[in-house]
Amino acid sequence: MNANLLEVERLGKRFGGFVALDGIDLAVAAGERVGLIGPNGSGKSTLVNCLCGTLGNYSGAVRFDGRDVAGLTAHQRTRLGMARSFQLPRPFASMTVADNVRVPLLYTVNARHAPRLTGEAVAARAAELLALVGLADKGGQFPRDLTQVEMRKLELARAMAADPKLLIADEAMAGLSHSEVEDIVALLIRLNEGGITVILIEHIMRAVMTFSQRLVVLVSGKKIADGSPSEVIRDKEVERAYLGQ
Amino acid sequence: MRWGAFFLVALAVAALIFGCASAINNDYVFFAGYTVLQFIVLATAWNILGGYTGYVNFGSAAFFAIGAYSTVFFYKFYPMPIPVLILIAAVISGLIGLGMGYLTLRLRGAFFAIATLALAVVLQTLIVNWNYVGGSRGAYIIRPSSVDYIGSYVHYLFLIMLALAVVALTIAYAIEHSALGYGFATIRDDELAAEASGVPTLKLKLIATTLSGALMGMAGAPFPYYIGYLQPSSAFGLEYAVNSIAMPIIGGTVSWAGPLVGAILLGTLQQYVTVTISSSVNVLIVGVLLVAFVVVAPNGIIGLITSIARRGRRERKPA
Repeated sequence: MNANLLEVERLGKRFGGFVALDGIDLAVAAGERVGLIGPNGSGKSTLVNCLCGTLGNYSGAVRFDGRDVAGLTAHQRTRLGMARSFQLPRPFASMTVADNVRVPLLYTVNARHAPRLTGEAVAARAAELLALVGLADKGGQFPRDLTQVEMRKLELARAMAADPKLLIADEAMAGLSHSEVEDIVALLIRLNEGGITVILIEHIMRAVMTFSQRLVVLVSGKKIADGSPSEVIRDKEVERAYLGQ
Repeated sequence: MRWGAFFLVALAVAALIFGCASAINNDYVFFAGYTVLQFIVLATAWNILGGYTGYVNFGSAAFFAIGAYSTVFFYKFYPMPIPVLILIAAVISGLIGLGMGYLTLRLRGAFFAIATLALAVVLQTLIVNWNYVGGSRGAYIIRPSSVDYIGSYVHYLFLIMLALAVVALTIAYAIEHSALGYGFATIRDDELAAEASGVPTLKLKLIATTLSGALMGMAGAPFPYYIGYLQPSSAFGLEYAVNSIAMPIIGGTVSWAGPLVGAILLGTLQQYVTVTISSSVNVLIVGVLLVAFVVVAPNGIIGLITSIARRGRRERKPA
């Protein structure tokens, strides 16, 4: 019996001569809240892109839900239950906010279940998701009319619409104000309590410390620490990477 | 409105058009109307790939010519009625559309457009050197003077193209109002986000190139019977490539109505100019209109109307 939802084994990725990821091992248990931190250019987003299938051609293995996902495209991994939000929001600009959320329902949830959701069920679920992130009254608007924090919430709502087992939030809070950050952290914790495993990639330490049960640190493509947040931030090596010597 | 209802309404409108044209009973009306209808089919077909998924196809003329030349081939090989020829053309050009999709799947934007243009050049070279279908000399198609129940052969061709326009518009409408339409739009907006949302972008792109190619081939299949003499330079004519891009852009690319409006407007204008001034002014008109619309109304006529309507609604609200 294997309780780990996600298992990453010796994951490596090179861009030409540049080693972006160097032998990353990572295991995430079902229901866990993991924070992933590291300085700029340490390979966090590359790791996310390898996990989600946006980047192929990596060495090592990624197992999700007991299954090796090598060779699966991004949409196939999403259908398996791996959802992500993007570092810079990437909404479907020509669609309304509600339609943005409708896409994963039509293409992921409906691809998974044998009895497809009816048009009404899709609309109801989309409204429910928008209410969950606090965008209930924005459904008819276009993404260009949203504020930065609303855009992040849409990004999360769209990821959640795929009904994932694992949610990877790639810097969902960059550029947000103090109270907005708290807003999003509370939202992510609420999602986690609903049974979803969450990996949070973030620079804002306050958010990471409140959120994470476990903290993983990447520096120059290597994992240098993995443990409880309070221990990890006292780690000498982590201190060195962040503050220099 | 479900697509079935749309189909019935379109059919009724088509019947009305045919009734009116028959009442006028002037062969020129059928002759000119055929060209406009043909452009409705071509523009709608282009829009399924170019408008819905955002992949600009510069090779429309090639698909049109494939349809036309498959008719020439079977005219010599084993003559069949035009509706059957249209189905054959749909299969052949649909397969070539699928092949084009596979070969160009990693290309985006201008690179995709250039690749489709190259496809047109390659196919034209093939046809020019294929003696059986006439080569560069061209091929004569002798059409019967009349058809049972309908009368004049031009009336028959007009009716066929009318039916094709109904089919093309219904397909476009059905796509827009289905999950497929959502999927196409996500490809146009952001392919990376589309994949992350579970949209199989490659499969959808191939569906779009196949459908679009098949419809263009269908538009080309009756053409040899219409023109009587087909040569490569007329089948691969620049006007088909340019018009099938210009018409949706001028009409608006996000809905089925855009290519329809654009094709009627531009197609009628071209027919009028051909008769009154000269056929070579056509391309000039398309060019001027295209530039004007890109500057003034980048979302086409339909986009202009919807944005005016939305602004009107917003201004009324606070009052």
